[in-house]
Amino acid sequence: MIFFLALTILGLSILFCIYRAVKGPTPFDRILSISSIGTIMALGIAIHGFAFNRPDFVDIALMYILLNFLGTIAILKFYKMKGKKKV
Amino acid sequence: MGYLIHYSTIFFLFLGCFFILSGSVGLIKLPDVFSRIHAAGLIDTLGTGFIILSLIIHSGFSLLSLKLLLIPLFILFTSPISGHAISLFAHESGYKPKAKLKR
Repeated sequence: MIFFLALTILGLSILFCIYRAVKGPTPFDRILSISSIGTIMALGIAIHGFAFNRPDFVDIALMYILLNFLGTIAILKFYKMKGKKKV
Repeated sequence: MGYLIHYSTIFFLFLGCFFILSGSVGLIKLPDVFSRIHAAGLIDTLGTGFIILSLIIHSGFSLLSLKLLLIPLFILFTSPISGHAISLFAHESGYKPKAKLKR
């Protein structure tokens, strides 16, 4: 019961991040908020695994956190570095 | 002993949810990209830390809590890198922070 309440709070905070992702003037706001959404979703998956007595969801959450980081860095590769050499 | 585990799980869970909520509200209210990275970092460090701590207390001393310990460890390494990369590329693309430096 407690876990479902925590999941609703996480869902509410995801809505805030979605609002920033949609409204964000610069593309980096969007990247940042989508990265935060990924982290919050990974925690939601872990809590969801605990709520339904499925301990294997923790591995999914772990993989999702790493993939989320990779996605953030992959998106950032599209921006060229003026001063320094190409990253 | 049993009720201690139960109540500390509830307490840390909602403390983590509070920090995640405050981080996402900060993501909205803060003026520009560079200050929003602070809010995203707040979600990554405190929110994840307390929620995983509550799940570890809930799952007790087992292999599952070892796997749970890995989550904040990876976030400890990846969150600063992604925050730094975002601010570096934002600065390179010409967005200047609103906060004025007092020379």
